[in-house]
Amino acid sequence: MIKFFLMVNKQGQTRLSRYYEHVEIHKRTMLEAEVIKNCLSRSKEQCSFIEYKDFKLVYRQYAALFIVVGINETENEMAVYELIHNFVEVLDRYFSRVISSNGARSGESTNVPSHSEQGWTKY
Amino acid sequence: MPAPIRLRELIRTIRTARTQAEEREMIQKECAAIRSSFREEDNTYRCRNVAKLLYMHMLGYPAHFGQLECLKLIASQKFTDKRIGYLGAMLLLDERQDVHLLMTNCIKNDLNHSTQYVQGLALCTLGCMGSSEMCRDLAGEVEKLLKTSNSYLRKKAALCAVHVIRKVPELMEMFLPATKNLLNEKNHGVLHTSVVLLTEMCERSPDMLSHFRKNEKLVPQLVRILKNLIMSGYSPEHDVSGISDPFLQVRILRLLRILGRNDDDSSEAMNDILAQVATNTETSKNVGNAILYETVLTIMDIKSESGLRVLAINILGRFLLNNDKNIRYVALTSLLKTVQTDHNAVQRHRSTIVDCLKDLDVSIKRRAMELSFALVNGNNIRGMMKELLYFLDSCEPEFKADCASGIFLAAEKYAPSKRWHIDTIMRVLTTAGSYVRDDAVPNLIQLITNSMEMHAYTVQKLYKAILGDYSQQPLVQVASWCMGEYGDLLISGQCEEEEPVQVTEEEVLDILESVLISNMSASVTRGYALTAIMKLSTRFTCTVNRIKKVVSIYGSSIDVELQQRAVEYNALFKKYDHMRSALLERMPVMEKVTTNGPTEIVQTNGETEPAVLETKPPPSGLQPTSQANDLLDLLGGNDITPVILTAPTSKPASAGGELLDLLGDLNLTASPASVPAPQISQPPFLLDGLSSQPLFNDIAAGIPSITAYSKNGLKIEFTFERSNTNPSVTVITIQASNSTELDMTDFVFQAAVPKTFQLQLLSPSSSSIPAFNTGTITQVIKVLNPQKQQLRMRIKLTYNHKGSAMQDLAEVNNFPPQSWQ
Repeated sequence: MIKFFLMVNKQGQTRLSRYYEHVEIHKRTMLEAEVIKNCLSRSKEQCSFIEYKDFKLVYRQYAALFIVVGINETENEMAVYELIHNFVEVLDRYFSRVISSNGARSGESTNVPSHSEQGWTKY
Repeated sequence: MPAPIRLRELIRTIRTARTQAEEREMIQKECAAIRSSFREEDNTYRCRNVAKLLYMHMLGYPAHFGQLECLKLIASQKFTDKRIGYLGAMLLLDERQDVHLLMTNCIKNDLNHSTQYVQGLALCTLGCMGSSEMCRDLAGEVEKLLKTSNSYLRKKAALCAVHVIRKVPELMEMFLPATKNLLNEKNHGVLHTSVVLLTEMCERSPDMLSHFRKNEKLVPQLVRILKNLIMSGYSPEHDVSGISDPFLQVRILRLLRILGRNDDDSSEAMNDILAQVATNTETSKNVGNAILYETVLTIMDIKSESGLRVLAINILGRFLLNNDKNIRYVALTSLLKTVQTDHNAVQRHRSTIVDCLKDLDVSIKRRAMELSFALVNGNNIRGMMKELLYFLDSCEPEFKADCASGIFLAAEKYAPSKRWHIDTIMRVLTTAGSYVRDDAVPNLIQLITNSMEMHAYTVQKLYKAILGDYSQQPLVQVASWCMGEYGDLLISGQCEEEEPVQVTEEEVLDILESVLISNMSASVTRGYALTAIMKLSTRFTCTVNRIKKVVSIYGSSIDVELQQRAVEYNALFKKYDHMRSALLERMPVMEKVTTNGPTEIVQTNGETEPAVLETKPPPSGLQPTSQANDLLDLLGGNDITPVILTAPTSKPASAGGELLDLLGDLNLTASPASVPAPQISQPPFLLDGLSSQPLFNDIAAGIPSITAYSKNGLKIEFTFERSNTNPSVTVITIQASNSTELDMTDFVFQAAVPKTFQLQLLSPSSSSIPAFNTGTITQVIKVLNPQKQQLRMRIKLTYNHKGSAMQDLAEVNNFPPQSWQ
């Protein structure tokens, strides 16, 4: 079961977060900071699955953005790894250009987060 | 009031903030604007404001004041409003908020809406945060939508049903008729969510599981779908790197695993398809490997034929050789799970596994270490130990303790010779001395006393080891003890095994004194050194005066322990000199310490009183394992995983316990019926009692005791105590009494607990229960219950009565809540 889905940049700023279990709001920020710290300290040769507390993290890095999914032991880690890539491809296909801008004042669609399965809204 | 800014603008603004404080300021300003806008009941811009609020909530700022606004948006007629409203409800509202119930009516109406997208929104929201009351009210609607022909709605309804079942398990039967046709769909979305729904139902209810196995012919249907996925050609809609819908394939494999577990017929039916998937899947990309991984897990879990199992292990072996570290990690994890059942097959890959010890990744190294310990056996012990010692040398500190314990355990079980055993332990002490467990020192000492022919060799080696460096405490402790005992062998220069080294009495005393003086020595170590020096007074001839001087100096030491020893030794020199040589004689062979409870080797005046001297004679070592096997067989496959049963009879039960933790969750200990030599049966229990009392809450405040078993005149009562220091530990004292007219002899009590618990059985007070309730057998059980689950236990009793052997199994369910909560 997927516990949460995060997109965090290298500086630790959360770009997207979706929790599938209830977590207190102040605990969320702590969790996100710790998770990104774990992911940043990994080198290229290490595998993408980290054992963290009593569940696992599956992470994937795309340029300056980390996508981290927290799963419990019933999930297939490699399938989730594949799912992350699938998600990124979907975003790419849908928005035709996925960039992670850090304060860039560009006119194109910035990476606006959406939590629902319903897709984007233009606000 | 100007129109509120758009979400996109807000995001841009927030991103320009350079510091956390700046960001907080911007957000607070915007929150204030939003709040005033809400107060004005502005309908046009409400959804825009709520959208911004949701973004700020995601960044971690409180947004509870938006909850009611979400409800208003849901009630609106515009789709764009509803959309944001439902999204907000999913994120901000949950069971804990009272307002969520207000949504029920809205959701009900929207579930019957004319537009499928609105229905979809309602289903999503209900499936995300519906409370049990809401689920109960709306389950009927969901079930109706599950039967519709619209695949967009059907898939969402299936996921919503999963949530309903999780919240209100009683409603599971309601969805059963709707599931009949779910797998006939072509749409992969519906297929996928249906498989999820079926998986959830099977996992939650064994009745459902058997229903699906027998009546619904689920397995053939799943096999057919899987076959289509593999065999069908390229389908652009579902293709991921050349494989058609791998996510659905993985889900189906998982469901097959649940269906095939412990069921021969189902496993039969899926053998072919599993073999097909295993052989036909492309392994060049991660996708293929993900599917193979799931297949291997399924094959290992069901009752597959041996050819298939060998195929699975070979796949794992291939994974181990792969360059991709993810795959290696996954392979090691699965091998760890299968090593108990398919030991021989995994042995074939031993060399690859040992190579993984040198990997750079921490998780892989840990897995490889655990697996290596599982694979050690009598044949490969020498080679494996070399690798493991090398690993111990170079690994990270967090591994050293576990590795050291594992090495000790393996060395004890499979040591080819005593010398090798001693060498290995010494090697561990020198490389990872500070990380070994506390009981390593007494264990090693006991081992050394047992191997008489090795004394000279051992003491020589130890002397050389601490000559240069006496900072590793366990090593120094063992060395001091040995030098105290065997100092005469050391200076006499006799040693068969190795080049004897020329050591004088002065040199030995030098080193012991430096240990005493050194800042690095712990108080315990100093104690060892002082006692050793004292013992040498009988073994050495020329340096007795020097020893007397040292001992008298420490008579005024600040350390109370040292002072006491020194004063006593001084007294030995002065008033009791005639007794000195008798008291400081060579120690007798120490027998194995069985429990890892509060026992100590108490040293007084050079003589040792082992606190617990229960021997486990070797033949009974085999007996408990077969008895334990029986117990496990009778317990069936429910909660208990089989474990390596040789561990319970080994003495460092705590180290064994760790290994068992690594490989299985059940710590099944059987205590043999052997009665220790009468003259030592009493004192151990006094000491046991004395040292264990302070740890536990004597008040046992009101935990009622229970009668766990009462049949044929044998009554067993459980009394409980909870630990003050560790709230998940419950100590159960059993008292077995016999009301018949004949004694019950060779009484053995065994117990097993579900997976989430750990059990430790201490030795019983005796093995014979006298008749007419004139006496009882007492035994202590310690239960570790970290998850605070309801305590359950199955017990097996064997004894001899009236000339015949009796045996009985029982389940104890009437544990009072205070014993485990």
